[in-house]
Amino acid sequence: MIKPKDFGARVTTPTARRTVLRTALVLAFAAAGVRPGLAEDAKAKVTIDNFTFAPAKLTISAGTTVTWDNHDDIPHSVVEKNKLFRSKALDTDESYSFTFTSAGTYDYFCGLHPHMVGKIIVKP
Amino acid sequence: MADDRMEDGRPKIDRRGALECMIWAGTGVLWTIAGGVPTSLGLVGEAFAADPKGFTFLQISDSHVGFEKPANPNALGTLKEAIAKVKAMSARPSFMIHTGDITHLSKPAEFDNAEQVISDAKLQVHYVPGEHDIIDEERGKAYLERYGKGSKGTGWYSFDDGGVHFIGLVNVVDLKGGGLGNLGADQLAWLEDDLKGKSDSTPVVVFAHIPLWIVYPQWGWGTEDGMRALTLLKRFGSVTVLNGHIHQLIQKVEGNVTFHTAMSTAFPQPAPGSAPSPGPMLVPAEKLRSVLGLSSVTVKQGQKPLAIVDTTLAG
Repeated sequence: MIKPKDFGARVTTPTARRTVLRTALVLAFAAAGVRPGLAEDAKAKVTIDNFTFAPAKLTISAGTTVTWDNHDDIPHSVVEKNKLFRSKALDTDESYSFTFTSAGTYDYFCGLHPHMVGKIIVKP
Repeated sequence: MADDRMEDGRPKIDRRGALECMIWAGTGVLWTIAGGVPTSLGLVGEAFAADPKGFTFLQISDSHVGFEKPANPNALGTLKEAIAKVKAMSARPSFMIHTGDITHLSKPAEFDNAEQVISDAKLQVHYVPGEHDIIDEERGKAYLERYGKGSKGTGWYSFDDGGVHFIGLVNVVDLKGGGLGNLGADQLAWLEDDLKGKSDSTPVVVFAHIPLWIVYPQWGWGTEDGMRALTLLKRFGSVTVLNGHIHQLIQKVEGNVTFHTAMSTAFPQPAPGSAPSPGPMLVPAEKLRSVLGLSSVTVKQGQKPLAIVDTTLAG
């Protein structure tokens, strides 16, 4: 089995979320000083309900961290078409985050239910 | 096969057709093979009355051990009830097949609990994985370590018993975005090779987790390259395809091929297109056992088709 590349990604449970958020803020401040051109602290959300990613198409600027929250009673995963990222299976109320650093269009799907698809458009 | 039954190289099935041939039930399907053709005997409870003579095996599916959401707070408990039904059968089946989603999250404790309960039936069990069985960190290693002995690739294999050639296929691995279930070129090449030298009169039973035919693509209920496997099986006089995944009974006959999906032992899912999503369907607690079950199949040599009996936990 191929091990997924997991850089820039994290999976959180509701209890761990606060700690991660605090860490993320500290990192964001640190990074903002170094690379002021990027929106390092920008955040966006995609929710998973009824086997659907919403919004299905999300436009963000480079440096934005996107978090997927699974609200279904069934696990889902988030897999980028070209294997840029692959989350583990997210059980109910678990989430996964990935920071998009390069401009481009990223198609992703659920590794368990591949008819579930979404798109992230990253502007420079 | 008439052209109007085919669409884009796939068997055509409209929603009305799918709903018409749908039956709600839920423990296991008892199969019998008569005259080399698998025939449903119905649900396990009814099978007792039928008292099938011949070679019989059981199908169990979608145990989802570890699932504890409102649709069934105790999936391990309903699996135990299903196994109790198996133990109570007067005519012992030769073996069981499990068409996947043994566990809900591929956790070691879930596999352990499933094994402990299922082994209580004291029957040999032939497994194929569901997508829920390969979501461990190493994507399928846990499943293969437990159940993959003697299998090829991601867990496919074949064996012969009771004069029938059985083929277990894996269609839940390396799925493509926007696609359905997938067998892949390696497995199809193996299947072609596996069938070489088998006479056309050999009854064939194929089992896999996701339906091999296109049931409802909007919900991913079908296998992208399933038709290629069915084409390889075309020359055989009797082909029975047993699947799980959709947690409800759907039966269909296309020429020499009988398709059958089994109920889950854990929770029901809605009829195709009847709900916003294929997620677990909440039914009143007192109704739950009427939509969970098992299937039993009997093979009767020299007589009529394989008999499938689906049994709910309520019976």
